[in-house]
Order: sequence, then structure tokens, then C-alpha cells
Amino acid sequence: MTEQVTAGKVAPPPTQVARSGPTIAGRLPRALHPGAWWLWALGLATAANHTTNPLPLALLVAAAALVVVRRRTDAPWAFAFRLYLVLGGMVVAMRIVFRLVFGGGQGDLVLFHLPEIPLPAWAAGIRLFGPVAAEQLLGGFYDGLRLATMLICLGAANALANPKRLLRAVPGALYAVSTAVVVALSVAPQLVESVLRVRRARRLRGATGKGLRALRGIALPVLADALDRSLALAAAMDSRGYGRTAAIPASHRALTGGLVLAGLVGVCVGTYGLLDATVPSYLGLPMLLTGLTTAVVGMLLAGRRVDRSRYRPDRWGLADVVVAGCGVVTAAVTAAAGSVDPARLYPPVSPLTWPELTPLMLLAVVVAVAPAWLAPPPPTRTAERTSTPVTAAPAGAIRSATPGRDLQREAHR
Amino acid sequence: MIDFDQVTVHYAEAREPMLREVNLHIPEGELCLVAGRTGAGKSTLLRAVNGLVPHFTGGTLYGTVTVQGRDTRRFPPRDLADVVGVVGQDPLAGFVTDTVEEELAYGMEQLALPAAVMRKRVEETLDLLGIAELRDRPLRTLSGGQQQRVAIGAVLTSHPQVLVLDEPTSALDPTAAEDVLSTVTRLVHDLGVTVVLAEHRLERVVQYADRLLYLPGDGTVVDGEPAAVLAGVDLAPPLVELGRVAGWTPLPLSVRDARRRASGLRQRLADATPPSPAPARDGTTALAARRMVVRYPGTVAVAGVDLDLYPGQVVALMGRNGSGKSSLLWAVQGGGPRQGGSVTVTGADGAVDPRTLPAGRARRQVGLVPQTPGDLLYLETVDAECAQADRESDAPAGTCRALLDQLASALPGDQHPRDLSEGQRLALALAIQLTAAPPVVLLDEPTRGLDYLAKRQFSTIVRRLTAEGRAVVVATHDVELVAAVADRVVVMAQGEIVADGTTTEVMLASPAFAPQVAKVMAPQSWLTVDQVTGALAVAGTRG
Repeated sequence: MTEQVTAGKVAPPPTQVARSGPTIAGRLPRALHPGAWWLWALGLATAANHTTNPLPLALLVAAAALVVVRRRTDAPWAFAFRLYLVLGGMVVAMRIVFRLVFGGGQGDLVLFHLPEIPLPAWAAGIRLFGPVAAEQLLGGFYDGLRLATMLICLGAANALANPKRLLRAVPGALYAVSTAVVVALSVAPQLVESVLRVRRARRLRGATGKGLRALRGIALPVLADALDRSLALAAAMDSRGYGRTAAIPASHRALTGGLVLAGLVGVCVGTYGLLDATVPSYLGLPMLLTGLTTAVVGMLLAGRRVDRSRYRPDRWGLADVVVAGCGVVTAAVTAAAGSVDPARLYPPVSPLTWPELTPLMLLAVVVAVAPAWLAPPPPTRTAERTSTPVTAAPAGAIRSATPGRDLQREAHR
Repeated sequence: MIDFDQVTVHYAEAREPMLREVNLHIPEGELCLVAGRTGAGKSTLLRAVNGLVPHFTGGTLYGTVTVQGRDTRRFPPRDLADVVGVVGQDPLAGFVTDTVEEELAYGMEQLALPAAVMRKRVEETLDLLGIAELRDRPLRTLSGGQQQRVAIGAVLTSHPQVLVLDEPTSALDPTAAEDVLSTVTRLVHDLGVTVVLAEHRLERVVQYADRLLYLPGDGTVVDGEPAAVLAGVDLAPPLVELGRVAGWTPLPLSVRDARRRASGLRQRLADATPPSPAPARDGTTALAARRMVVRYPGTVAVAGVDLDLYPGQVVALMGRNGSGKSSLLWAVQGGGPRQGGSVTVTGADGAVDPRTLPAGRARRQVGLVPQTPGDLLYLETVDAECAQADRESDAPAGTCRALLDQLASALPGDQHPRDLSEGQRLALALAIQLTAAPPVVLLDEPTRGLDYLAKRQFSTIVRRLTAEGRAVVVATHDVELVAAVADRVVVMAQGEIVADGTTTEVMLASPAFAPQVAKVMAPQSWLTVDQVTGALAVAGTRG
């Protein structure tokens, strides 16, 4: 880990004790609340959604990348960020290719001509290939970059916070749902595993692995396998006390359920209103806030009667609030920049102009990158664990620490 | 602690009840071992303890089961979670979360224990089971033994008074199994936990048990001291059989007991020479693999291994979990990945590499039965599977069925393959693979979940295959099985072959691989009870 020096002070050596102790001022290495990282990332994504200017977009990607590099742990999901970068690149490329293929003809600065494919009359309005203008490619690039930036921001949240921990942080009322999602998430890789295993086994019987018959030969054992496994899991969860809830009157259940549902619908509508600039403004922030309040009230009501406790819950400290705040401020500042000078945020492609930065946009980017220093460093793994990499089939490596001691003892009796 | 009062369990679709008027009283702090043939009702008995039978499985339970005064009729499994902890056969299937620490806390979260208590108990349990260094590891990356210990820890954190374990070691290599069992005995002795444990390989646990519940298969339960119950029972660990042959009473249950009584037996056999295994062949190989390499991302599973197989020879492939046994078998067959090396099968078609052939012809060179034989089966009835196997290998109709009848007696043709017992399913999968008449047969962990009788039957099958001149490889953890069937043992570790020699040489050289009879009879080199019986008969006629 390269970040022993933080804000001019030497951080204490990252140990297990430091991590589990109470967090003072957020400077001890610790994992932030996953919600903080997600709020920060959503803020960045909202900001990206408010502009097609490639300069702030590129700066936002850079900011997200810097924060990820400085504050990610060495957990497997932390390395997925690279995938999101590749995915973003692909989105941009796809957008440009689409403009090349379908969007021919707009713009004056024609770069080169592709042979146009004549289409029948009923497909009028669609043109394949033809002259390629710089404006058209640039438009595709701006559009793609905006989408890619939003994707990469979400990827950053994924890399910084274990998505499953976020599910653990849901309110008590949603506990059953979050358990179902966690289980489903862990079943997916198992399903892939059993498909591979059965396909291999089918080849042992000489099957070619193609066609409908092969599908049946694979699907049946895999489904049977999945069914067996889910029954085993259900039995295990039942015998470990899952679902020990006290009896609740039906009317109470209906009330809380209705409140939560209505609230969530409100949140969805509000988010849509906030992201889409064309809908009336009362569908934006006010709707979001009303929805949130309703949902929270419903969840508090429902959570009151859940008799379950939580092991080492993630707590909101100062650092968490600061990081989440950075995201919110980034979004707010970009929105403000949009209302002050919309032309700069959406630079016209025709006529071609050089995109420009305004001070407000720059401020938004600075706020976005601040968590790279403001957030506490991530907990480092202890020495013995870094020496046994997770991927390198630890089955043998760890066992060999005590080579058959018991058996030898038994043999000497 | 646990009381069964006139308990009868009847599943809806079954003709006979699974358990019939069972009366049991298991006092506090006992280690109670449950034994019996596959399908005799061991799991039903275990699951009745915490109410999974009938609340979860269906069926009807007559009579009452009470655990610490709680009637399972009124308390479903979730309300018994603070009294009974249940650990299944496959720990991975029962994990709800994805890291060790969260898994340990899961049960306590459901019981709504205060955060401070949870924190303390997690630390205690990590130390008690010796898994503290695994605390942040994802559960899927753990080895089998570690997973099983985490699964035990995960139920222990709720401080249950009863621990129910259903075949906890069936998937583990000998050393890992030993670790898990020593953990269990420690719980019984140090914490006073009552343990009810089902196990096929009795030789591993019977010495620790205070009581043995034997299920003969007709729904009744024979209850008593382990030595007394085993005296009248057809399935018995090798030590008990040795005790019967030598006429020891009471029967020995641990190697230590047997060894103290064995000096007389060793003297009687001092002049006899143990049968030497089939001499090493230097004739033509059935299969020659050279410099085999199998890699997976981040790890080398097989690192440049040479392997020769001879017709009529049984090779046992041993080694701890993850040592590359399965990867080697799959690479040799040609169905799995192989990054380097060559395989030459010398069969009726001359010398070929099965990897270069299409899958349909490769199986006529090398037949492989995978670890879960059920993966090979996908049709609705046994007959349909057999007919399909005949078509796949262009064999005359009825070939597969005839093979199956040799391997397993009278399997009903209209039965669904998933309803077969483990042993029957193995026989069906083996018959399907043998329909293609391959000169080389590879078996990956075939005896997992088989009881003693099924294993004896399996040994006969393997002997028959070699008599037909096939080369057979059996990858297994089961030392007693290896002692009984193998001519040659190959031990793998970290993708390399670390030992290759006759069964006697390899098994006697290391305590981890020595069968019980060898431990008792050392320094004489006897491996199985059958060998000792034969030698005693010869000595008897001579004397």
C-alpha cells in the first residue's frame, strides 16, 4: 500500500486492532459506510448527466479513477473497476460506430465518403453509411462519453464498497428482501459452475454440446442441482433461526407495506424527474423528498417489530458524511453551472466549437476528487493473509501447516 | 436432553414408515453415533431432532420428540435454533453469507443477541475452532475441511446444547476429516455439548462415541454401547472385523485397543508372508501420459506429470483435496483442459490421443465417471438411459442393460435415476460408460456416500473390470478401499506425483495413508482383514 502518508501526517500502521477499534476523526484505516460511497458516486453520475462537455466529463472520470486507486481495498470486487473503464470505452466506440452507420449526412465538414447502401422506400428516413461528417462523429462521441462517465461512476462505487455490504445496511423492514438478493447473488456463480460441470459430463457421454437435445441434457441436471441446493439452503436457514418473527396483525402489515411501496414509487418518479430536464419541476426534487419520507416512515414502523440484531453494523461517521456530501455538492454545483451558463455545459457540435470549462465546473470536479484525501485509508489485510493469496488454491497451502499431526500421534500409540 | 417417545415417521409416498416406534433417551454431554446403510433413515432420525422432519420435509410424525423440554410438534426448526445446531453434509450448500466472520454471526443475528455479545462470541469461536486467520476470507475459497469447521462454528456461536452432524467428513481427505472430528470431540469434552453424528466410515469415529444407534433398515433402532452393538451387525469397520477374526471380546474400537491385544495374533502370523501385490508390469502400457500440465488462472493444477497405466492393474490416485487428482483424470480423458503433454492410449484402434478425437470416439478410448455420477444422467428412467447409452456407443441394443445387471442386481427399469441410491446411481453411470468398451476406466471419488456393503460390491466390480484386461484408476480419499482394491498407489501433492509404488510400499510408508489393519499389525505388512483371514487359514492348516 502506497498511502502511509496522508495529509502531512504518518498514518498509524494498519492493523486489525486499529480497524475494529472506535474510529476517531476518521483517520484510522477503516472501511467507509457503503452508502457513503454510493451517494458520492451517484452524485458524480448526476453531475455527468447534466453535461455533454467532454472536458468536465473526462475530469470526472479521472476524479473517480483517482479516488478508486487511492481508497480501494484489495478485495476481488475492487479490481472490477478496470472492467467498467473498458465498458465505458466500448460505449463510446459503439455510439460513434452507430453514427457512422445510421446517422449519415448531418454537418458540413465531411471527412470522407462511405458507399451508401440504398434502402427500399418503406425504410425512408434511415440511411446506411454515406458521407461522414465531423459534427456527426463528435455528437456521437459526446453522447457516448456522457453515458460512459455515468457507468464508470457506478463502477467506482462498486469497486469502493462491497455491494453486498450495502444490502446488509438496508433497514430492518427490507431484511427479507435483502437476504433474498444476497442468496440470489451467491447462487449465480454456483449455477454457472454447475452448467460447466454438467456440460463437461455430457461430453463424456459423447454429446456434441449443440442443439435442442444437448440443451435438455444440460438443463435438466442443472435445474435438479439448483433445486437440491436451494432446498438444502432453505433447511439450513430454517434451522439457524431465519424468520423468527413475532406474530403481527395483518392490518399493521398492510399499512407498513403500503407506505413503503408508495414511498418507493415516489422515489422512482422523483429520480426520473431530477434526471430528465424536460419534465415539470414539481416532479423532481419535491417528489423525491416526499417519496423518501413516506418510505422511511413505513420502514421505521415496520422495523420497530423486527426482533433481529446486526453484527458490526456500518456506522455513519464524520468521514462518511463528508464523502457523501462531496457527491451531493458535485451534483448541485454542476446543476448550478447549468442554470448559469447552459451553453457551456452542452457545447454545440454545429458549428464546431472548442468546449470550454467554467470555474463552477472546475469546482465541481475538485469537490468530486476530494474524497481521495478526505476519506480514511482502507483497512489493509494482515500480514499472514497477504502471504496466502486467495486465488492460489489455498486448500493445500494452509493444511500443510500441521502435516497429519493427529494421525502420526495415533500411529505411534 | 433429547427424547424420542414412540416416534414413527411416515413419508407420504412411501409404503413403509421410515422410523417405526422409536424410543430413545440421549442424555446431556453424550457423543452419539448414528450408523446404518444408505436409506435406512439416518438423515430422518437426525432431522427429527430439530423438527426439520416433519416441518420442512413433509411426511407424518407420530409420537413426540422433545429437546430440552421443547416439543418439536409446537416448535418449528427456527424456534429451536438456540438449542439445536445442525451441520449438513455439504457445508457450502448451507452458507448464507459470504465471508467467515459474517457466517459465524448469522445465527446470532437471527436470535437478536446484543451486538457486544455477538462480537465476543465470534472471537471465542474463531479461537475455539482454530480458524482465526480465516476471518475475512470468502467462504468459497476455503478448503473442504476449513469450510466444515466454519459451518460447525457458525452453529456454535448460538451456544446450542445439541449439535447434529450429518456425515460431516464424507467429502474430506483423511487429515481434514481428522481435524473436524478432533474439533467435535473437543466440543463434547470441553463444552459438554451433546453431539449426534451420522457417519459412513465408522472407523473414523466409533472410538470416540459413547453410544451407537444402529438402523438396520426396517425402521427400528438398535441402541447401545458401540462395541456391543457392532458385535451383532453386518456393517463394521476393519478393526471390528479383525477383532471378530481373531476372536477378541470385547471388540476393539480404536487402533490402540487392538494393538494392545494383537501381540498374540502377530506371533501366530510371524512365519506367514503377506501376499505380495501383482508384480510391476513392464509389458505394453494401456495408457501413457507424458509431462501433463493443467493450469487454471492463478494456479497450476497439474505440473508436468508422467503416468503409465497397464492392462489389468488398479491404480489408486490419492492426495489431499485440491492436489490435482481430478484435473489429471480429466486431462487424461481429454474432456478437461490440458496445456501441455501428450497422452497415448493403446487399444484396438492402435495408439491414439483421446484429445484429438471427437467426444463420441474419445469415450471408446478412455471412460471417466465424474465425481457426481448424477451429472451423466438426464433421462426419466433407467431404461431410457440404457437405450440412449447403446445408441451413443453404437452398441447392440441391450448392451448397457446387461452390463448394469452385472454391476447392480435387478434395478427396476422404470425408476427415475435421481431416486436411485448413491451406489445404484454409480453403477448406472459406470454401466453407461462401459457400454463404449474403453480399455481405460477412470473413476473420480466413486465411493463418496457409499456404505460398507456398497463399497464391498464396488470392489468386486473393480476386480471384474481388471479381469477383463482394463486399466482402472480410482481417485479416492478412502484408505481402506485403496488397501482392498489397488495394486499400485500414486500420491499427488501440489500438482506433482510425490509417491508411486505398490500399495504395500506406499501405504506402509506413511501413517496418514496406513489402513487400520496395518497400524495394528505393524511391523508386519498386512493391509486388509481378508489378507489376515487367508493367512490364518493357511497357518491353521499347517499347524
